[in-house]
Amino acid sequence: MIKSELIQKLATSNPHLYQRDIERIVNVIFDEIVAALARGERVELRGFGAFTVKHRAARQGRNPRTGETVFVDEKFVPFFKTGKDLRERLNRNYRGT
Amino acid sequence: MPGKTLTRADLAEAVFQKVGLPRNESAELVEMVLKQVITGLERGETVKLSSFGSFGIREKGERVGRNPKTGEEVPITPRRVLVFRASNIMKTQINDALTKKKAAE
Repeated sequence: MIKSELIQKLATSNPHLYQRDIERIVNVIFDEIVAALARGERVELRGFGAFTVKHRAARQGRNPRTGETVFVDEKFVPFFKTGKDLRERLNRNYRGT
Repeated sequence: MPGKTLTRADLAEAVFQKVGLPRNESAELVEMVLKQVITGLERGETVKLSSFGSFGIREKGERVGRNPKTGEEVPITPRRVLVFRASNIMKTQINDALTKKKAAE
């Protein structure tokens, strides 16, 4: 499923809304999550999961091709932890393939 | 990372503020968006949201685990796990903002 398909599905179940409003709603929601993380906050959506930011310290890395030592700067990376409810839902009736 | 935690209520408030739908309908729309994503994932689909990231399902086969307390070997059943990959846009935006914020402190 891609964003346009998600918007299409929401449009079908909300015929009273303009498609461009639905587009804006979807964008506002996901932009808001990114903006919160960029402020150093976390986002917790019960039944879905939680977005947090992890700090990675600077380190000495190595270019695997040349073997050369390189300095890797510290960085902040977004992280998602699946909520318990969703994890269980994904495995309901799942017995492996 | 100290500070606030955003919840559904904050997302609904953002929809209310920025799109202008009534508060209760904004909250319903937030719920519907999450529900659609969940439904797609339950069907085993990958959900790709450009400029945000993608949610995908990995199927894990059975493996042998160990009860860390007793050391006893126990089979771990096959399962599906959700993985999120942030887009480069999201990664850059977060890293840049927090690097600047840290430098300013």
